[in-house]
Amino acid sequence: METGRSSHPTILEMQSITKEFPGVKALDSVSLTVKAREIHAICGENGAGKSTLMKVLSGVYPFGTYAGDIVYEGAVVRFRDIKQSEAAGIVIIHQELALIPELSITENIFLGNEPGRHGVINWVEAQRRAVELLARVGLDDDPDTQVKNIGVGKQQLVEIAKALNKNVKLLILDEPTAALNESDSQHLLDLILGLKGKGISSIMISHKLNEIEQIADQITIIRDGKSIETLDVKADGVDEDRIIRGMVGRTLGNRFPEHTATIGDVFFEVRNWTVQHPLTTERLVVKNSSFTVRRGEVVGLAGLMGAGRTELAMSIFGRSYGKFISGQVFKDGEEIKLRTVAEAIGHGIAYVSEDRKSLGLNLLDTIKRSVVSAKLGKISRGSVVNELAEAQVSEEYRKSLRIKTPTVEEGVTKLSGGNQQKVVLAKWMFTDPDLLILDEPTRGIDVGAKAEIYQIIRDLAAQGKGIIMISSELPELLGVSDRIYTIFEGKITNELLVAQADPETLMRSMTSSSQKVVA
Amino acid sequence: MSAPDIDRSGGFQIRDLKKLFGGGGSLKQFGILGALVVIIIIFQVWTGGKTLQPGNIINIVQQYSYILILAIGMVMVIIAGHIDLSVGSVAAFTGIIVALAMKDWNFPWWAAIILGLVVGGLIGAWQGFWVAYIGVPAFIVTLAGMLIWRGGNQFIGDSATVPVGTGFQVIGKGYLPEFGPNFGVNNATMLLGILVVLVLIGLEVRGRRTRKVMGASAAPAWISVVRVVVLGGVVLIAAYLFATGRVGTSFPVSGIILAVLVVAYSFLTNKTTIGRHIYAVGGNKHAAELSGVNSKRVNFFVMMNMSVLSALAGMIFVARSQASGPFDGTGWELDAIAAVFIGGAAVSGGIGTVAGSIIGGLVMAVLSNGLALKGIQSDLVQIIKGLVLLIAVGVDVFNKSQGRPSIIGLMTRNKSGQGPIEDLTSAQVTPGGGTPDTAVPADLPR
Repeated sequence: METGRSSHPTILEMQSITKEFPGVKALDSVSLTVKAREIHAICGENGAGKSTLMKVLSGVYPFGTYAGDIVYEGAVVRFRDIKQSEAAGIVIIHQELALIPELSITENIFLGNEPGRHGVINWVEAQRRAVELLARVGLDDDPDTQVKNIGVGKQQLVEIAKALNKNVKLLILDEPTAALNESDSQHLLDLILGLKGKGISSIMISHKLNEIEQIADQITIIRDGKSIETLDVKADGVDEDRIIRGMVGRTLGNRFPEHTATIGDVFFEVRNWTVQHPLTTERLVVKNSSFTVRRGEVVGLAGLMGAGRTELAMSIFGRSYGKFISGQVFKDGEEIKLRTVAEAIGHGIAYVSEDRKSLGLNLLDTIKRSVVSAKLGKISRGSVVNELAEAQVSEEYRKSLRIKTPTVEEGVTKLSGGNQQKVVLAKWMFTDPDLLILDEPTRGIDVGAKAEIYQIIRDLAAQGKGIIMISSELPELLGVSDRIYTIFEGKITNELLVAQADPETLMRSMTSSSQKVVA
Repeated sequence: MSAPDIDRSGGFQIRDLKKLFGGGGSLKQFGILGALVVIIIIFQVWTGGKTLQPGNIINIVQQYSYILILAIGMVMVIIAGHIDLSVGSVAAFTGIIVALAMKDWNFPWWAAIILGLVVGGLIGAWQGFWVAYIGVPAFIVTLAGMLIWRGGNQFIGDSATVPVGTGFQVIGKGYLPEFGPNFGVNNATMLLGILVVLVLIGLEVRGRRTRKVMGASAAPAWISVVRVVVLGGVVLIAAYLFATGRVGTSFPVSGIILAVLVVAYSFLTNKTTIGRHIYAVGGNKHAAELSGVNSKRVNFFVMMNMSVLSALAGMIFVARSQASGPFDGTGWELDAIAAVFIGGAAVSGGIGTVAGSIIGGLVMAVLSNGLALKGIQSDLVQIIKGLVLLIAVGVDVFNKSQGRPSIIGLMTRNKSGQGPIEDLTSAQVTPGGGTPDTAVPADLPR
């Protein structure tokens, strides 16, 4: 390759990496070339395969579980675990920080890598080196401070100090600024640039395109598990629009149901909704957001991960997230109070979580028990559950939603992701909701099941229910919604009828707080 | 996975045999019930027939009924994801109060029992408050309770033994009465046995009808017949044994109390909303809360219920030993917890059954009793009981980690009174031989 002979040699070359999970091809012949002294950004929608690729690189998915070669510093490497990749100088910093809150900065930096002999830690040496490392990342806190007492921005710096201690040559940052405020973000970006000056290459996964544009040298775009293109930021004159086009540039096809919506009046309205982060009091995760839903309408809520969309939905659904600050909810023209989940269900609101396995289902349960679990009272007399009704109800849903299972007495773990999602949908349809909030309803399920879920969503709307569909997949939003709101950093940034919306406009509103254009 | 056709013909199928007492695709379905039968047979042979002598089985029931009552409450606590270490101390505390109430305050025996249950309820409310509403782990709350109520017993009773009257002793030492003509058996016990058999037949018929209404396939009729004959036979033989003991003995009153509680709590855990909520909170607390379940109330309920049952167990023990003492109930929590785990509950919560815990408790009871009959010293008995607990749970955990259907999983599948027939599926529905487990999707990447 011609890049090999340039002034900066290639440090990493991932060749035709393919990684499959049961039923899903997460990576399909992905290639990635990173040069020394380079900041290489990887862009793509949620679920495109970015994180999977990095897990392959760092040995989380060990050699043998993927196809293709990883050439690192000129030789093919076969990492069996993270220890081996770290020994080679590849360090990954995950989106969810891997620090122990109760330990001090020093203890965290050297965790698993303690200086000393025969298992006895040399704390004097550790302290000395910690001070040195903290200076390199520009952190002047006392190294004895417990990590829980410093902000997220500083914790991110501690992670980098920890990486530097491992003699990192290639630093992988997964959404490093997702949880940071603007000044912390800037500090971190400067630090990454500084490291580059000292010969450390970085791979950065980020949704914040302005940041990528600012510091990246090369950008590789991944879409649907395939590497689409690699752009040279300076030579190709790349800007945000160019990246967006690469990220979303696929034909929508006809996997979305044909529909003519019969949209009624506004029946659900949220005004000036503001919610605080559950732990960090100074952080507002939802800021002064207002929106409406009409009967028979599918309202899309477009936002990237961490934009506050789930927080918005869950805080409305019986205050299940964060600390309520202010805001009002109206249904059919009257203000309603939704202080608990039971109240929300009572008012005909359903929330289908994005996290099917940890929030949507009890994985120990059978299908029939799951289906009726959100409104047991409906099939109970007194408090005695009518098991005959339970079986009949779940059998009806099995047929109407075409849940693929021999019987409703099967455990939900035995179902595929798509069928599990259908069970969750059935569970909430059973509560007779007027408004369904669907949070990433097609995450982690295959294309065929996706199409079925879309059809179910449209059918529900046709019955006159209001639907809020949260998604970061733009084609899906454009294919299923009637109207779309965009959300960025907890604020609703745009509102578009689907006829006026296109992927570029949406992505722009999802990645920056542009002027609100009311349709 | 597609739904292959299930054979609905009436002909003889090997797998129908498996539906007799369980729904799974292997012999493991017999699980702990099989282990109980095997242990009984072993001891019956080893002790030269002493194990199943009327006097001995009456003794087993009287001696272990209070542990089994504790196991009922404990399995609910464990399903909800907690533990209760205070049960023995709560039992002792209630015992001394009840004994003193009768001795010093002249409570009639029935009022004393009510008082005991109220005391248990108050203690449970106290412990439930800390667990559910303050969020202190139940392990800590009940460890504290273990000290508090034990100390309370010795403080109130002055570390002395307080006798109770004969009226009260009935709940621990009493038997079904004699009546009617003398056939050489206890008529009341035999009548009870026949009644149970009739109920079994009724349930079987009703279960088959329900299945038909649901449009699901029921097992062939002969399966039902064989099942009723086997179960009914066991019941009648047991009734006969209980009815032919030493003159003046028959089925113990404490056994009746236990049986009523088993039926009531099986119903509660399987067929009521609160029962469902307990499983839901233990299985996935967040999902339960997002489904509108008030998890605090559930936690409060299971802790309070446990203490009420502890109070009852304590009173039965006091009645049987004719006095309340300062060391009553020592170590009970461990026996109850062991019974629950041998009976298939999961430490992480969400899994377990009342019936399983009773069988688990009976395994421990028959084991201890048999070893005692053989004159094995109590130190060795403890070692053996410990090993049985470890191996029983170890085998189950190992099976699960191998992806094989666990005994636990199979037992929990058959929760309802209609019993095993319900599960028509898990017997290898795929002709190709793939087990359903292979369909479990791996964690997908985001």
